[in-house]
Amino acid sequence: MAQLTCSNLTLGYEGHVVLSGLNFSVSAGDYLCIVGENGSGKSTLVKTMLGLMKPLGGRVTLGDGLRENEIGYLPQQTAVQKDFPATVREVVLSGCQGRAGMRPFYNRQEKALARESMEKMDITALAGRCYRELSGGQQQRVLLARALCATRRLLLLDEPVSGLDPMVTQEMYALIRQLNREGITVIMISHDIAAAARFASHILHVGNTVFFGTREEYLRSDIAARFLVPEGGDRP
Amino acid sequence: MIESLGLYFSFPLVRYALIVGVLIALCSSLLGVTLVLRRFSFIGDGLSHVAFGAMAIAGVLHLTDDMLFVLPFTVLAAILLLRTGQNTKIKGDAAVAMISVGALAVGYLLLNLFSASANLSGDVCSTLFGSMSILTLTRTEVWLCAALSVVVLVIFILFYNRIFAVTFDEDFARAAGTRAEAYNLLIAVVIAVIIVLAMNLVGSLLISALIIFPAMSAMRVFRSFRGVTVCSAVLSVVCAVLGILISVIVGTPVGSTIVAIDIAAFLVCCAVSGIKGGIRK
Ligand SMILES: Nc1ncnc2c1ncn2[C@@H]1O[C@H](COP(=O)(O)OP(=O)(O)O)[C@@H](O)[C@H]1O
Ligand SMILES: [Mg+2]
Repeated sequence: MAQLTCSNLTLGYEGHVVLSGLNFSVSAGDYLCIVGENGSGKSTLVKTMLGLMKPLGGRVTLGDGLRENEIGYLPQQTAVQKDFPATVREVVLSGCQGRAGMRPFYNRQEKALARESMEKMDITALAGRCYRELSGGQQQRVLLARALCATRRLLLLDEPVSGLDPMVTQEMYALIRQLNREGITVIMISHDIAAAARFASHILHVGNTVFFGTREEYLRSDIAARFLVPEGGDRP
Repeated sequence: MIESLGLYFSFPLVRYALIVGVLIALCSSLLGVTLVLRRFSFIGDGLSHVAFGAMAIAGVLHLTDDMLFVLPFTVLAAILLLRTGQNTKIKGDAAVAMISVGALAVGYLLLNLFSASANLSGDVCSTLFGSMSILTLTRTEVWLCAALSVVVLVIFILFYNRIFAVTFDEDFARAAGTRAEAYNLLIAVVIAVIIVLAMNLVGSLLISALIIFPAMSAMRVFRSFRGVTVCSAVLSVVCAVLGILISVIVGTPVGSTIVAIDIAAFLVCCAVSGIKGGIRK
């Protein structure tokens, strides 16, 4: 059974339609890459899936026992955080907010979970450092650790590698792949189609033409032929 | 000097003023970081003007405990301002500016038309800059101030983690199931309460200083949210106590004395962070 299903989804802002007629679903353990050019509506789609925005038409349904506050989200970078005084530990711990619910303070399990997530992302040594003083790659790890505090089941990552240098990008991809192997469903936005075609189990291509299917189907499709420049051995 | 201080403190009113001043300073520093880093600062500024307008209306109506009128009025304005600020159709900033400047003008006009006071400009000045109004609070107002400060403090402690989550990353918080709109409303209402409280201490024009300076100073020196919060609370209280004592001894206006000391503290913090940065390099 699918964890998340979008049926006949139309999305956009105040009557201005960005994408329409989307149909796809994600099951436990999938690795879905959403690809498309800048401005094609990927972030908007993610916000709609998270319920941060109301769809203009159609619906998003959760299944397989997944609850709304069990989705871990890694937003595209925002400006507020640039000057925010907060340590890595404080940021990661804030990922437990959904679990804590109305309880005012975090309990021992939540603090342990935050420690565990930091270990997984290999940022334990940074715990006391100020978030705004970290490098881009370190910041993304922190936000990924925070998302891991919020979920054990489904991660939604909005351009997790944008602005990172190639080495750090590869590390980030490896981390995400590792999490997926451990059983966490991953939905990742990317405009790096080549990388998507390497890691994903399913691909959703948005833009003028919409495609949804498994990676193999995508590679055989016309869209892939147009967007994926063959690079010798790079194609699987 | 110590003797004259002792003499002053034999008056219960002065003791009350100090206690209330400390509580108000504590509360007003708490939401500083949130106010500075989110677009909420526009609400803070707008609300202090609205509070002045409300004060004027209360004066015209000859209400004795004007806080009981000014408080609900300002809270209502906070909710309205939050709504317009989030409305993308009306230009949020312009709407806030209209409301706040409008309140200021209408307030002064009302006072001029209807006030029976012989010393109108003195009254206006003390509403805007605080003068000695902390020493002229009625008993009810002293208790109201104390009770509200405690409520603000308790709310802040209980909601500390959620305020952090919503301020740091609203989208993530909402995705994790935190009802961000509700907390934004809570923050706006608490700010309104703080502004009405702080008006008694420093007057409506200087409130923003009381809220923003301690947070800005603390952000220079500390790097964690908790560190900044605690530091700005301590700084704010120390500056307020110093300010009240100095103003009692020297006879300067309470509000501007406190703010002057806040400014001095900010400069010291800048120097400290400069030295720290120098050592690290
Ligand atoms: N807050 C907003 N209000 C109105 N339109 C928006 C808003 N945010 C984005 N858009 C528009 O929606 C479209 C899709 O944006 P977005 O989802 O951010 O694209 P992507 O993430 O694929 O680069 C763009 O044309 C953009 O101009
Ligand atoms: Mg985007």
